[in-house]
Amino acid sequence: MSATATANAASANVIPFAESAAKAHRDTRPLRLITCGSVDDGKSTLIGRLLWDTKAVKEDQAATLARDSGSQNDLGLPDFALLLDGLQAEREQGITIDVAYRYFSTDRRSFIVADTPGHEQYTRNMATGASTADLAVLLADARAGLLEQTRRHATIAALMGIRQFVLAVNKIDLVNYDKAIFEKIAHDFREFALSLGVRQITAIPMSALKGENVVYPATASMPWYEGPTLIDALELATVRSAQAGGFRLPVQRVSRPGESFRGYQGTVAGGSIKPGDSVAILPSGTVANVKQIVTFDLVRNAAVAGDAITLVLDRQVDVSRGDMIVSIDGPPMTGLDFDAQLVALQPGGIEPGKRYWLKSGSRRQRVTVEPIWQLELATGAWQPHASTLQMNAIGKVRLSFEETAIFDAYEQNRSTGAFILIDPDTLNTVAGGMITAKRGETGGIHREGQRVLLSLPADLAEQIMASELFASRRDETEIRRMTAKQAAEIFSNAASDI
Amino acid sequence: MPLSVQETEIKNPPVSRPPLDPHLKALENEAIHIFREVAAEFEKPVMLYSIGKDSSVLLHLARKAFHPGRVPFPLLHVDTTWKFREMIEFRDEIAEKYDLDLVVHTNQRGKAENITPFTHGSAFYTDVMKTEALRQALDAGGYDAAFGGARRDEEASRAKERIYSFRTPDHKWDPRNQRPELWNIYNGMIKKGESVRAFPLSNWTEVDIWRYIQAEDIPLVPLYYAAERPYVERDGMMILAEDPRLELLPGEKVQRGMIRFRTLGCFPLTGAIRSNATTLEEVIAELEIATVSERQGRAIDRDQSGSMEKKKREGYF
Repeated sequence: MSATATANAASANVIPFAESAAKAHRDTRPLRLITCGSVDDGKSTLIGRLLWDTKAVKEDQAATLARDSGSQNDLGLPDFALLLDGLQAEREQGITIDVAYRYFSTDRRSFIVADTPGHEQYTRNMATGASTADLAVLLADARAGLLEQTRRHATIAALMGIRQFVLAVNKIDLVNYDKAIFEKIAHDFREFALSLGVRQITAIPMSALKGENVVYPATASMPWYEGPTLIDALELATVRSAQAGGFRLPVQRVSRPGESFRGYQGTVAGGSIKPGDSVAILPSGTVANVKQIVTFDLVRNAAVAGDAITLVLDRQVDVSRGDMIVSIDGPPMTGLDFDAQLVALQPGGIEPGKRYWLKSGSRRQRVTVEPIWQLELATGAWQPHASTLQMNAIGKVRLSFEETAIFDAYEQNRSTGAFILIDPDTLNTVAGGMITAKRGETGGIHREGQRVLLSLPADLAEQIMASELFASRRDETEIRRMTAKQAAEIFSNAASDI
Repeated sequence: MPLSVQETEIKNPPVSRPPLDPHLKALENEAIHIFREVAAEFEKPVMLYSIGKDSSVLLHLARKAFHPGRVPFPLLHVDTTWKFREMIEFRDEIAEKYDLDLVVHTNQRGKAENITPFTHGSAFYTDVMKTEALRQALDAGGYDAAFGGARRDEEASRAKERIYSFRTPDHKWDPRNQRPELWNIYNGMIKKGESVRAFPLSNWTEVDIWRYIQAEDIPLVPLYYAAERPYVERDGMMILAEDPRLELLPGEKVQRGMIRFRTLGCFPLTGAIRSNATTLEEVIAELEIATVSERQGRAIDRDQSGSMEKKKREGYF
């Protein structure tokens, strides 16, 4: 799909879009995205439109749809919801129950969409879809504006580490393509997303039903809009990788095909490696050098995050599944106590003091969980909460291990900072979690050397400084008074480093 | 196994093959990760091998995942006895060439009762000779994990399938109660008798499969390429007419034409397409302008509404 396509939307479904794909050269990994919105926002229609206009739906599938629904909408298109809700129960009840994955591509890149149900009782499904996503598409109905649900979805997406948002202001045709309405919703959303720490935000006015600004631009009906279509925005989005940090290789298995060969197999979860590099094996701390990086095709001279490799070391060391091979400079955190955020996924919730299995990378170990806070989704505020975290709840917890655990903070590494909890009785997956920090001896989330710079209105700062907690640690703080303009400058200089 | 044997497997010098594009590389990495994880966490895995293009890719990825070691689990082929002749020949060649443990299972009850796609209808036949046969073979082998080549883009109910798809002791799939699957952290904990089906190709599309076959030079059953072949037209499908068990119905006659297959299953249930694509490049070019899905030629998907989900719940892949 080229950004200059000018096909008119009404004839979109007959454009032989796939023809250009024959020359396709994909210069990037697939973009994984999640779509959030309720049925009323037109989410199914939007995804259906994406699949239809990129020719991902074939004629026989459309014919099956037409046969099943027995009806078409006003534009002669099949009922897209039926295309998306694949399970018999979903069709019968007319609802989306579970995460479904969809695939489509343009000649620039391919896309994996996690299509998740919108209702609040499906927070867990949304978290599941969001766990692997690089970008979230949030839907808003132009007539209704930002709803609590949109804020809730954005909050969960940000929490799961998504740093790129597209706001799809849908059904813009039903408000007469009113620019002011679009701009108001876009402004409100931008403010909210910024408060969640998300800075890459694209707002797009569209009609998914008519195919306007989805794959094809709508210059006729919205001459005032000069931004990208949805597909343009998706093509330009970045795929996150963990190549910047230290080297991480969670060992999946040890390969010993013969006496002469011993290789450690796993997928690089961060950083890069080359023969000759010094590494440490955790948790033992043993040090060795990399001798070879073996793959099926050739002996490689480097490997980066995402590569599935076999690593050969220069000496006999004790390495087994669940260990992590890491760079000596910038190793991960090791310890018995960590702080984390998690989403409770099952009816039994997450109980304080219960011994769960925790799996992270290839490492599985026993852990107990102590809930501290729970996120109030309606307001985005954290409330004290020490009892069971019920299904769909998002909490801040303390993890206590019996044996050494190895983690990075989730914001540093989405792979080595993530974990699941497994119930020892049912063996079901009961929580998905993200490490925030290693807990120090003092019990606070106090990572050594880390500072937070706040810019506050003077009166609010006075109140905080008047508090007992602040007074008790006054000697650790540094305070400067300045004008709002000076503060803004400091933050704009610092922003790129955060 | 001595290392030198494995090393001779690399027929083409590495330099002759350009590196995979990042898209295929990412899919390959993900699949290898899944293979290794299952092999490490389960006691007795097996790989379902159906001889088709997806199975061929799956096998290639398994060999890559465990290189320089051997593929550490057997391949299981459920032979309905109604496969294309060329599929069986290809299967035996590959097993020998790559030094694989191949297990072939046929439902002897179904065979004794002479259950055929012609006499019993596609739904009943598939249930006995494929689904029931698969359950028999998995029970007999005591396998606790079975790799399959299913892709989420194939069919609506498969779009909801997990990468580790949990099965009860009697092989049932409960689509409403699947285990959540976050990040690439897979829960491999099961109780005795339970099992998982693992799908390393979940995120691949049909085009990805073909591009990968091209990039990696993976051998395929020749039926995927167009040739002049005999066929009969039946129920809107072109059925290959080379097996003596295919009896012509009144009004039918054997015709000849350039045809090929987009998927391979049991020959009486698998329709050919007209095509002049005799090379991989031509197959891909044809695919990229195709307007119907690959399973369109499969009779078993169409025999009833929600067909695939029903079969899957009962233990079909």
